[in-house]
Amino acid sequence: MSDPAAAEADTLRRPASAGEIFRVFNRLALQGFGGVLAVAQRELVERECWMTPAQFVELLSLGQVLPGPNIVNMALMIGDRFHGWRGAAAALAGLMCAPLLIVLLLAALYRETMSMPMVAGALRGMGAVAAGLVIATALKLVGTLRSNPMGWKTCALFALLTLLAIGVLRWPMVGVVLGLGSAAVATAWVRIGR
Amino acid sequence: MTDLIFGAHGLDSGVLLQLFLHFAMLSLLAIGGAITTAPDMQRYVVGEHGWLSDAQFTSSVAIAQAAPGPNVLFVAVVGWNIAGLAGVAATLAGSLLPSATLALAATRFGDERRDARGMRAFTAGMAPLTLGLLLATGWILTEPVRHSLGAMLLVPVTALMLLKTRLSPIWMVAVGAAVGAFGWV
Repeated sequence: MSDPAAAEADTLRRPASAGEIFRVFNRLALQGFGGVLAVAQRELVERECWMTPAQFVELLSLGQVLPGPNIVNMALMIGDRFHGWRGAAAALAGLMCAPLLIVLLLAALYRETMSMPMVAGALRGMGAVAAGLVIATALKLVGTLRSNPMGWKTCALFALLTLLAIGVLRWPMVGVVLGLGSAAVATAWVRIGR
Repeated sequence: MTDLIFGAHGLDSGVLLQLFLHFAMLSLLAIGGAITTAPDMQRYVVGEHGWLSDAQFTSSVAIAQAAPGPNVLFVAVVGWNIAGLAGVAATLAGSLLPSATLALAATRFGDERRDARGMRAFTAGMAPLTLGLLLATGWILTEPVRHSLGAMLLVPVTALMLLKTRLSPIWMVAVGAAVGAFGWV
């Protein structure tokens, strides 16, 4: 088999039950400090093999365009795809329950510790690591653009323009996604038709 | 005990409903993640109603980011600080119910049409934007530590570790916390 995407799809597996979906999302949520995305990519694509990197990007695109927390949207869509609404509920519960308890405990404790310089320093260090994790996850997924019908160079251009508009110029996301997004989708539409 | 359930303000169910509805409206506007609605949440709960101080709001966001799990949990801490467990129920349900319903409807709609040209053009076109947004998020996360050489070394080292090793990200977070606690970032 020469098509790498098809070869990859052969090694995919499905979660056996809603319970397994709950366990996997619970495990990845509890590892996800400063955002769950980097862990989600590692667990769902690399460890559990529930989806290819390209499918992960596709779900993430949908999760980002839809309103609401991206990772929650992704969890619901993944759960629903495998086991219907029970899978979606299991994914949401796995993602939220244990972290919610932890965050409320921390909120109850914070008055005593927030003013300590060690705690503030630890938060800064964790923030820097979270930034590195997100950037690395993006770099890992860049390879999926090679099979994009728009071609590698057009994709790189759209990715860099998005980075510039949101990250550097800090333009409002709605306008950037609608403007650049429509241009990109229109380009893809034309290239697919050829 | 009543403080635990209803919080310090003793808000009644009418106010809790108002809180729920405002967060539900923001949920539908939260394109790009829940954190994009934080400025309006701050305006509503701090400026308009005075349920929280500015510092309380900011620390609610910081606490949620220090804890494991999705960043959207900061709305639960905001709810907790306003009205105890009842507040958590109001803000969290408000933030999740509308967007979750929409996400499930969208995925079923999309799955039925995944081979249609429009759907393929959509996923292909949005993929580079998604990766650009991820890079932008990473860059914005470095903002509070950009003046620190140690932290700006920690960012690429972490990225390399994730790309080149099988080490779980949780260890890198632990190293970041330790390095930060010693005052090196």
